[in-house]
This record gives sequence, structure tokens and C-alpha cells, in this order.
Amino acid sequence: MAQFLLKRLLQVIVVMFVISAFCFGIQDSLGDPTRELAAMSMSDEERENLKDTLGLNDPLLVQYGRFVGRAVQGDLGTSYFFKEPALTVILKKLPATLELAFAASIIIITISIPLGVFCAIRPRHWFAKFTMAVSVIGISIPVFLTALALIFIFSITLGWMPSFGRGEIVEVWGYWSTNFASWDGILHIIMPAIALSSIMLPLFIRLVRAEMLEVLSSEYVKFARAKGMDSLTVYFKHALKNTMLPVITVGGVQIGIMVAYTILTESVFQWPGMGFMFLEAVNRSDIPLITAYIMFVGFLFVIVNTLVDLLYGLINPMVDLVSGK
Amino acid sequence: MKNRFLLTTCLVMASLLSFTTVNAKDLRLAYDADPVTLDIHEQLSGGMLQLSHMSFDPLIRWTKDLAFENRLATSYKRLNPTTVRFNLRKGVKFHSGNPMTAADFKWTFDRLKVSPDFKGIFANFTELNVIDDHTIDLVTSGPYPLVLHTSTYIFPMDSKFYTGTDANGNDKGAIVKNGASFASTNMSGTGPFKITSREQGVKIVFERFDGYWDKQSPGNVDRIVFTPIKDEQTRVAALLSGDVDFIAPVSPNDFGQIKAASNAELITLPGTRIITFQMNQKRKKELQDQRVRMAIVHAVNNDAIVKKIMKGFATTAGQMSPAGYLGYNPKLKPRYDLQLAKQLMKDAGYENGFSVTMMAPNNRYVNDDKIAQAVAAMLSKINIKVDLQTMPKAQYWPAFDDRAADIMMIGWHSDTEDSANFYEFLAMTPDQSTGMGVYNSGNYSSDYVDTTTLAANRETDSGKRAEMLQAIEAKIYQDAGFIPLHWQNLAWAARKGVDVDPIVNALNFPYLGDLVVQ
Repeated sequence: MAQFLLKRLLQVIVVMFVISAFCFGIQDSLGDPTRELAAMSMSDEERENLKDTLGLNDPLLVQYGRFVGRAVQGDLGTSYFFKEPALTVILKKLPATLELAFAASIIIITISIPLGVFCAIRPRHWFAKFTMAVSVIGISIPVFLTALALIFIFSITLGWMPSFGRGEIVEVWGYWSTNFASWDGILHIIMPAIALSSIMLPLFIRLVRAEMLEVLSSEYVKFARAKGMDSLTVYFKHALKNTMLPVITVGGVQIGIMVAYTILTESVFQWPGMGFMFLEAVNRSDIPLITAYIMFVGFLFVIVNTLVDLLYGLINPMVDLVSGK
Repeated sequence: MKNRFLLTTCLVMASLLSFTTVNAKDLRLAYDADPVTLDIHEQLSGGMLQLSHMSFDPLIRWTKDLAFENRLATSYKRLNPTTVRFNLRKGVKFHSGNPMTAADFKWTFDRLKVSPDFKGIFANFTELNVIDDHTIDLVTSGPYPLVLHTSTYIFPMDSKFYTGTDANGNDKGAIVKNGASFASTNMSGTGPFKITSREQGVKIVFERFDGYWDKQSPGNVDRIVFTPIKDEQTRVAALLSGDVDFIAPVSPNDFGQIKAASNAELITLPGTRIITFQMNQKRKKELQDQRVRMAIVHAVNNDAIVKKIMKGFATTAGQMSPAGYLGYNPKLKPRYDLQLAKQLMKDAGYENGFSVTMMAPNNRYVNDDKIAQAVAAMLSKINIKVDLQTMPKAQYWPAFDDRAADIMMIGWHSDTEDSANFYEFLAMTPDQSTGMGVYNSGNYSSDYVDTTTLAANRETDSGKRAEMLQAIEAKIYQDAGFIPLHWQNLAWAARKGVDVDPIVNALNFPYLGDLVVQ
């Protein structure tokens, strides 16, 4: 186990190093931040002075060396627009995205597993066919369209839900303010969570159903039935566990993507999370923040994959993590 | 049992929603972005000037019909060709409680002269002299016609509040563009609203300053809750669903929705930002021929672009200066004549045309990429094959600096609300040492335009000055120095009961201090 974790730690460092080198390499195509920081009518001389202050006129290798030197001390640069360390900005926005991803995950898990199992157990039932049809529609409609439709129906026409923002959030600890401690906060998170889950829900329902169907036709399930085991035990004690293995693998990556790149949903709902922050950073050429964020995402994915592998090991005792069988 | 639960839930939700409806004297405001800083000298931009008008006051300000209105100045007169004396209003206080005196104006002026963004605007001003506590003299380096225009940028800051060192030992008055400073997070002005809480990118709360000097102001807004909403659809949805009271900007695509809504209204005004294309004479030798440029100008159908693409939300242009500016020449109408264009191309020897590259931004001006596509299609009618590339503004401006295409789009708004600014940046011969013609990607060059613009900047008689500026427009028009498209209009939307119409103006500085909310 220790060996496994150590390997993963090494992987994290390599991933972040490669990402940071890449970001510095493409820095020129990320645009000129002085255009957003200063007036159009600012003289060229002043603009060059500003670039000097920002260190943008130094050769790339010098800039990168400076960056690495600071990075090993935990300083990933200062955002041009938030005027705070990039890492602090990311950490401040992290709870908003995590809560949104969490709410969406709850919706996905509570809906997709029962529905997926039902569709596998009773494939010819009208409800199973109906669910499959609707899920195709769900995959086809882009998330921002779903989001706008939700806003139109529930905010404008019915006036039940607020149309943007996080609402009245309650401070919990440090940078973490939660939506779940107040009714207003919950009202604000419902629609974004539904919109976000609408992308993944069809995928997961179909995945659970497909895996379950395959498991149900396997030898040991037939054997269990032949042995006289009742259906419920067969389905939920034996079949489900095996179904969940690929679902967890896919699910882990998808949740990682949800946390890292929920850009569209956050933009439409003006949700002050990391995706929205990243979009604005790209539009404004806030290079330190862009670099810091992509590195953070690299870190996040290595963690998520590690957790998924550990979980996999827990569920399937035959898996040997270290030797990678 | 189930029905009762449902009913109770609905009642609880309804009552909670009613708690969220707001006191009528509150204004929930949503722009597309929030101010990046509280230091009004740190950045020259529309957003920062809007903030300046909310929390500070200028010496004088523009009215809706582009005249001047006294604010912190009670009167002014020109003493000699280089000096204008302003008498200052008495009894004005800053948010901190400090009284406003001439010393604050001197401090502010000195700071404007070192601010990287503002020093260009004040380049012709040499000093601000304090005559007594309520009198100041503005001195220019020579006769300068735009003293009043520039005075609209003098928003006195509380010099005592910004003097000294902060917790980190840095000067409180320092202007820091790329890092935090005292002034970027603390503010004390004379304006109607002071900031009581701020979370960057999320929300700012303004409360009315009860020591505000302007007792004549009809404004009755006590509190402004400002939330930036970047997505234009979401901003409109927020207004229509009643979550906010006043939004800006509004895209022409949303006009139909707002006009159809019963609880919101749309206000539009003609604007002063000109959208143009510039033809690069250095990159493409064909563009050096005046007949070719004339042909291109005549091939572009301004009316069609305004009608079909801008949905009527713009004013066609044949020149740079919009109506109301001294340089606006009523004889210079937009030109469209496809037959003449074809003839001119033939006369120049390019009947079979040639190919050009074109670049335009896709997220800077209203419908910028669609306009570029339309113009490219129009040019194909005179056999000019256009290879069009559009890109986000972050990538576009560096490309513009490099003059990376033969035809490039640029929009411009004059900081001084005066014609000469257009020519200084867009039509004068590019000169690194003087900084003129910085955005003249076409390299259009005319000695007449160069010398007359400089002369106009020394001419204080507005009649003579108007003649000079209009002559410059005529010369550029004759030379087909650039392709004028239109001036973008401005639009705001508010819920019924929020009387936005009297407080908006062509500069897009809504004077929220004077806003009346029913």
C-alpha cells in the first residue's frame, strides 16, 4: 500500500511539472493581459512598463525558472485580476464547485442506480423503454440549453426559483460557505444541480443497465438462481457489486471532470465556482491563474484516480494494486 | 395527508419568497462585470468610470444632451489662454467625514498625472494650482480647447484618507496595477453611494451616503446590491424573473423578449462608438490605390448591416465623428453603390479582383464576427476574395499590434468626447516617438490630417475648431482612408417602476445617485 501511494505521489509531481511547462510554452497564445488591465488609449511606453512589472518581457526560461522556484515554496503566482495568490483564489472558489458537484452526484446516484437496475431487471417493461428513450434526449440536449430552459420555466414563468447566483450562503469554516444550511441556499443550488446532472444521468443509467444486463447473464448468477436464491439477494448482494466496478471507474473520472470543468453550467447560472473563474481567466489572459488552475486540475485527477483505484481494490478483493493485476 | 404536506410546502415556499422581495428603495443592479478595483485611477475603463460616478463626483459632468453640468465646480472662467479658474462647492464632505477642499483636488490631479492609464489624457495639463480652499486653477501647456472635456475626469479623492502608510508599510496612495494596494480595497469619495461590503466577482453592497452634498438630487435609492452577471441571457432572465431591477448591457437579440415582457422596459440611446475596418496599405500594395479603397467603401452596404445584423440597433456612419461632436460633418453620408464599386475596380485595373486576409474579434463589439462575415461576402461581389479569421479579443489585440492581416476591424470611442481623439489614434501617421496613430493599422497618412489635427488641439475658438475638424473628416472621406460601418447604440433594461430614462446618457454612465425608484 505504501509503495502504491508513493508511486502515485511521484505521478502527481510529474503531472504538475509537465502541465506547468506546457502552460508556459503556450503563454504567447494565451493573449496579452495588459489589454484587460489597462486602457486602449494607454501609450505603448506605459504598456511596456506594465509588461516589465509583470515580468512578461523576460525570456521564457527565466520566467519559468522563477515560477518553479516559487512553486516549490507553495506560491503558484498572483492572479492579475484578483490580486491575490492564485492558489488562494482557487481555494476560495473550490467549495462552490464541490457543493454543486456533490448535489449533482446525489441526484445522479439516487436516480441512475435504481433506474438502471430496474431497466436491466425488467427490460421489456414500458417504464424501462420510456426511460431509455428519454435518456437519448438527455444526451442530445446540451447542458446550457437545459439550464436556460430550466431558468425560463422555473424562474421567469413560474417564479419559483432564483435565476442566478449562490444566494444566502452560510459560512462554515475557513473559505467554506455552504448552500445547504439555508432554504435560500438550497433553492439556489437546485436548478444548477439538475442542469449539471442532466448531462451525466443518461450516461449512468445506460451504463448501469448495460453492466447489469451483462452480469445477469453470467454463469455464477445462473448458478445462484439454480441454487434457489431469491431474486433480491441475487440482484443486490451479488450482481450489483460486480456491476458497480466499471461504473465506479467511469464515475470517478466523470466526477473529476464535473469538479474541474463545469464551465457552461456555472456561466449560465453565474455560479461563482472554479469553472466560471477559469473561463474568466482565459478571457482576460490571467496567465498565473490559468497555469495554477490547470496544475490544480492535474493534481485533482491524480487524486481522483487514486481514490477510484483504492475503492476498486476494496470492492473487488482479487485486485492487487501494487502489481497492477 | 400527502395533499396537506404539499400545500404546507407551497405556503412555506411562497412566504419565504415574499421575504425575499425587496424594500422599494433598494436597487438590485446587474452589469456584465464588476469593477476590478476600488482605485479609480488604476484603470481607465467604462466600468471604473461608472464606479467613479457612483462613489465620487467630478468637477463637471456630461448631461444627456452632451452639455456640461456643474457638480463640484460651482462656476468657472478662462483667465488666459492657458488657465481656467474653477470655484469649488462649499460644504462637501467625503465618506470618511473629511471636508473637501482644494488640496484634495491638487492631490488628485498629481496622482492622475502619474497614473499610467490617465496620464495620456492629462498630457496637455501642466499643473493644478490651489488659490484658496475653494478655488483652483487648471494650467495647460498651451491654448487647449478641451479643458472642460478633461475636467469631467477629475473626481477628487479624499487626500487625507489616502495619505500615510498602510498595515504593510506601503504608501496608501500608491497605484498598483498588478497587485493589491490600499486604494484598490478602500475608498473614500464625495459620491452618493459608499461601499459597505464587497466580494470581488460576486457582490458589492452600496449604501447611500447620508452626508451627500447634493440635496437637490431627486434620487431616492438607499441601497444598491450590485451583482455581476456575465452571461447575457442569464442577465435578462434575472430581470424578467424579478431577481434584479436594472441591467446593462442588453444585446439586440434580447430586445424582443424584454419588449414583450409586462414587467420590464427597454431604454436605448444612440452611442458614440464607431465600428470600422482599416485597410493596410503597407501590407497590400493594391490598397495604396485610392480607387481600390473607394471601391471597397462603396461595396459595403452599411444599411443592410445595421438592419439585418444589428437589428436596427446602430446608426450608419460615413465618418468617425458622431452627430453632436464638433467634427461631425453633415455632408458625409455613408456610401453604397455596387455598380460604382465595380467600375472603380475596373478603372484601377483590378477587374478580376485579388485576395486579402481579414481579421476581426468575436467577443469585443456587438455582433463583430457576423459583421466581418457580412463585409467579406460584400467584398466578394467586387471580386475581392477575403480570407477571414475571427478570434477572441485576448488573441486579437496582439494580432492587431502586429498588423497581422490586410483588413482589420477596430471600434473606437473618444475618451474626451471630442473628434480630435479619433484622428489622433486612428488617422494620424503612426509615429512611435509622439505616440500618434497607435491604432492606425492601415498606415493611412495625410500631411493635411496630421497638421490640422495638431492645430485644432491648440484652437480654443469652437467655431474655427469645428471647421478644422470637419475639414479633416472630409479629407479622410475623399481619400477613403478607412471603411466606416456604424456607431453602436446603447441599451439598458429595468423593471417597471425604476425610472432609468432620465439618468442614462450616451457615455453609458448612468447617474444612479439621481435615480428615482417607485
